[in-house]
Amino acid sequence: MSRVRAFFLGVWDFVVGDDWRTALGVALALGLTALVSETSVSAWWIMPLAVLLLLALSIRRAAKGATRSG
Amino acid sequence: MSGAEIGLAVSVFLACAVEAVEALTIVLAMGTTRNWSSALGGVGAATLALAVIIAALGPALTVLPIGVLRVVVGGLLLVFGLQWLRKAVLRSSGLKAKHDELEIFREEAEAARALGGQSAGFDGYAFTISFKGVLLEGLEVAFIVLTFGANQKQIPLAAGAAAAAVLLVSAAGVAARAPLAKVPENTMKFAVGVMLSSFGMFWGAEGAGATWPGGDAALLALILGVLIAANAIVWVLRRTVPLAGGQEPAPVDAGEPAGVGV
Repeated sequence: MSRVRAFFLGVWDFVVGDDWRTALGVALALGLTALVSETSVSAWWIMPLAVLLLLALSIRRAAKGATRSG
Repeated sequence: MSGAEIGLAVSVFLACAVEAVEALTIVLAMGTTRNWSSALGGVGAATLALAVIIAALGPALTVLPIGVLRVVVGGLLLVFGLQWLRKAVLRSSGLKAKHDELEIFREEAEAARALGGQSAGFDGYAFTISFKGVLLEGLEVAFIVLTFGANQKQIPLAAGAAAAAVLLVSAAGVAARAPLAKVPENTMKFAVGVMLSSFGMFWGAEGAGATWPGGDAALLALILGVLIAANAIVWVLRRTVPLAGGQEPAPVDAGEPAGVGV
């Protein structure tokens, strides 16, 4: 059991990494793109906007309270 | 060769070269401090394991319908690319220590020496550490080769670019007989993060049903956009995050690039 758990934890860590919120955001943005593309509204702009926001938020979380080394 | 194919080859080559440099450092540390034949045995076993993984997963990916493949692969590449890009931005802005091959080599070698018990025959420690190092670094490369290759029906091109990078890094390692500390690893990681994120966005949105204005040319705009955004974030971090020790953020020279270019 512990080996199976370790395997899935390893896969999770490999794919999702240390920021699950970004992975969730990517999945939601893809879902929203799929929904909007079913309508008459153009959907291509959703992913670039989502990526910009997800990257900025992810870095903001990592930089919170941190200091630079020069 | 189309622009997308060149992008594929460059992305895979850079990603593979970076991972190969990291794996080489571990193997060199094991070989020089413990036992070369066991360290190289670990490399061989890991290469075999990677070949089995690619052979098993490659055909499975290529049977998926193209729309599903693009959403899955695009999403995975984007999650993966954003991880690389986040670390690269943090390193470029001084918030995360840069990858230092010489330091890693010293640490690995010291740990190997401290363990003692080397023998002239099979050395389990050297074998295991080399195996794990090559397998873990190689998994990322296998993932990139498979996803890029399957999506563009160009697995041979992706595999060729990966093999070229491994051969080049191995030859440089043999020639230098030392960790390849002069390889601009952090810059390469930044570039790979930009490429993976851009390709991931492009394919993911297309698979989800969106149509890019300008068709394939939109990919170039995405790469440029991600590059500018990432460099802008580095620029902001350098000006707003305080230096360790309570110093004020140092002004960045006008001529100094905030981050890096592809």
